[in-house]
Amino acid sequence: MSSSFRFAVNVLPKPGILDPQGRAVESSLGHLGIAGVSAVRVGRRIELSVEAADEAAARSIVDRLATELLSNPLIEASSVELLMATSSTSSTKSTAGGEAGQ
Amino acid sequence: MTRVGVVVFPGSNCDRDTLHAVALVGAEPVALWHEGASLEGVAAVILPGGFAYGDYLRAGVIARFSPVMRAVADFAAEGGLVLGICNGFQVLAEAGLVPGALLRNRDIRFLGRDVHVAAERLDTPFTRALDRRRALRLPIAHGEGCYFADAATLDALEGDGQVLFRYVGPDGATAEEGDRVENPNGSLRAIAGVMNAAGNVAGLMPHPERASEAILGSDDGLAIIRSFVDAAVERRAVSAPAVVGAR
Repeated sequence: MSSSFRFAVNVLPKPGILDPQGRAVESSLGHLGIAGVSAVRVGRRIELSVEAADEAAARSIVDRLATELLSNPLIEASSVELLMATSSTSSTKSTAGGEAGQ
Repeated sequence: MTRVGVVVFPGSNCDRDTLHAVALVGAEPVALWHEGASLEGVAAVILPGGFAYGDYLRAGVIARFSPVMRAVADFAAEGGLVLGICNGFQVLAEAGLVPGALLRNRDIRFLGRDVHVAAERLDTPFTRALDRRRALRLPIAHGEGCYFADAATLDALEGDGQVLFRYVGPDGATAEEGDRVENPNGSLRAIAGVMNAAGNVAGLMPHPERASEAILGSDDGLAIIRSFVDAAVERRAVSAPAVVGAR
């Protein structure tokens, strides 16, 4: 029996790594007349679904993807977030709560 | 005639120039399609510039997982000569075949202009045909060329002689990291090219193949291509004596 799990992988430049996109966004804030915003970092978010026996198995696949493909650990940090788990034996869908992020 | 392969990924756009430059220095150029699992017995491999697989996700990362790259990794592990130019350097870095990573240029913009680089060593398969350390005028064309490695790695690269090219001024003096003219993309320690520890795999951001004939405005790059091909000829002769005279 397998279930479907929906994950998000968030990727950001590591602290201390040059982030010219973040800097460009930050420098545009003045043009909007907004003050008090700083330390902008620009990354990317990837969402994907995994069929696996349980959440732990699904997560181990996503963890591997996150570090081998979706991010470059030399320059980027990644975090994996469970969004939704769907059991194949019932039609009920459970949405992961606020504790999903890490 | 020694055969030198140039890998063609979907989105490569310097493959023909590179094949032409390889022929200029007397090798037989062989285009290697990215879906091929074999290198067709070539003596050396070049990963050319371009935007392999659209540079989606990160420059070079999708290309890294293509069938031909498994063959290139095996070839490199056996001591085969591999050169990555621009996008090819990004592919090698993503594959972990050369140290470090290429970040987005310091000023975000894509840069297409001539720069000066100098070889740090003249005793490598990539620089041996250069007569002396001097400024070479080569074009760059990249959005992600800012060389990065952590400080400990950079120190180790310098100590082990793995820094192959640096951005310099026209006089050959190494560019300052913050010099926006001489160090175009903000590369740490002005590094424009590096080698692996074994010295058989190298990558550089500038395009030697686009500066390989005087009519192009500079032929300073030809010595890099010539170095690579000469080294391939020599290695083939040493490693496979039985084949000498067979063709």
